Amino acid sequence: MKELINWLAEPIRSFPIFTILFILMLKYYKVIGTKKFGWGALIASIPVVAWFAADPNFIKIILWPDNIPINILIVLVSFFTWLTLYKCAENDNRLEAGEVPVEAMPENREKVWSWPNLVYTELFAIIACTVFLIAWAIIFKAPLEEPANPTWAPNPAKAPWYFLGLQEMLVYFDPWMAGVVLPGLIVVGLIAIPYIDTNPKGNGYYTFSERKMAISSFLFGWLVLWVYLIIVGTFLRGPNWTFYGPFEFWDFHKVEAMYNINLSEYIWIKMLNTPMPGNLVMREIFGIILTIFYVGALPVMIARTNFGQKLIEKSGQIRFYIFIFLALGMTSLPIKMVLRWLIDLKYIIALPEWELNL
Amino acid sequence: MSTETRQQLNRREFLSFLSVGWITFTAACAGLGSMAFRFSYPNVNFEPEMEFLAGKPEDYEEGVDERWKNGFGVWMVKQEGKLVALSNICTHLGCIPSWLPAELKFKCPCHGSGYYPSGINFEGPAPRPLERYAISLTPEGLIKVDKTKIFRHEKGQWELASSFLEV
Repeated sequence: MKELINWLAEPIRSFPIFTILFILMLKYYKVIGTKKFGWGALIASIPVVAWFAADPNFIKIILWPDNIPINILIVLVSFFTWLTLYKCAENDNRLEAGEVPVEAMPENREKVWSWPNLVYTELFAIIACTVFLIAWAIIFKAPLEEPANPTWAPNPAKAPWYFLGLQEMLVYFDPWMAGVVLPGLIVVGLIAIPYIDTNPKGNGYYTFSERKMAISSFLFGWLVLWVYLIIVGTFLRGPNWTFYGPFEFWDFHKVEAMYNINLSEYIWIKMLNTPMPGNLVMREIFGIILTIFYVGALPVMIARTNFGQKLIEKSGQIRFYIFIFLALGMTSLPIKMVLRWLIDLKYIIALPEWELNL
Repeated sequence: MSTETRQQLNRREFLSFLSVGWITFTAACAGLGSMAFRFSYPNVNFEPEMEFLAGKPEDYEEGVDERWKNGFGVWMVKQEGKLVALSNICTHLGCIPSWLPAELKFKCPCHGSGYYPSGINFEGPAPRPLERYAISLTPEGLIKVDKTKIFRHEKGQWELASSFLEV
């Protein structure tokens, strides 16, 4: 059983499993978003967690001081995701029955003064946070190590927990892509949401059925691409950034057979059976064509489809193209990960001479 | 009017007070700023030397030698009659790989890039091979490694004479 879980946890299997679970969650959100399901899942998870925690290798990773925030994060993210679905399901059922959302009922529309109602709540929140942080600082010692040495790195070298998703992304990309371009796109994209998404539905109340596209695409990026990668980077990456299952001992000498090749080598050497051309642009021409197709032609093709036409009608040309560009940026991450797992692809365009790798 | 004590400053006095005060304020800000700027630099610099003598060519056995790794960040690799000084900085994001003698490879602890002893990258996200440093013999027969000059394989610089020693 433990071996099966170790085997399933490997990214090539756990990523599709996680994605399918995510789709199922959105499909059956009315089943999941009930109190019955919430309590049931909580009760069912207790023996599972206990069984996991009985394993010495697992409990060691879980209780490592650096990893405690991720445990808290997993619990909080699951709870708030459930809470959102619960509120969405409640409102959607009411909307179907022709009633107003819960938030629009007269007793919920009553207004109060921010002083003292809000300010007092904030004061108590500040005190509670301070107490919590002090207690945490006393209970868990900071994992300090020896003074920094520029010629030595700890093994595994892990980023702060909130950057572990980014570090996991870097395994599949050039630092310029995963360190600058994609995080930049994430930040710009989040800032752009209010300008791209001008649909007034869902303002001030929870709903899923009226905002299917917006909610699913945001939650996919947040749960599958960010939280999942943080979990993998935290719990499942050991020495040498090798993958270790949740019950696996972090054996320093675990060898992973891996041999990554660039797309240009695949095509020139393996498929066409010729030596690589000397000209750099010629050598990477297939990757360059693919990339231009992906960012240039694909948005135009999507605009021609029914789905694209409907979106353009609702939001306009400029908004549509910005949205599609951001969405393609987001999907480039799973595409690159899957290509790495399936065919050991290193870079689609590999121009280390120009410090340009995609 | 003349015996009356004046309660107000005239225009000239006001301007001179203002300029003295403003100059003092600017000077204080500049002083504080420069102190803060100075504070951001370390008092002692522990950076390894950029040039060092690495003993005689006979000191090295076939394979990877780690004796200068912690002091200078250099692996000496002797292979196929060539002695090279290999940089220990990963070409992906600049972490420090470790030499795994059992697996015969350099492996980066940050994102899992792997290199052969020759420095060629073969696994993980590293886009190019490890860099070589300039290596030469002094008149006394000692090896001199110069880290200010780097040789990159993908630019064909490993063919250059000062990127390796014939042994």
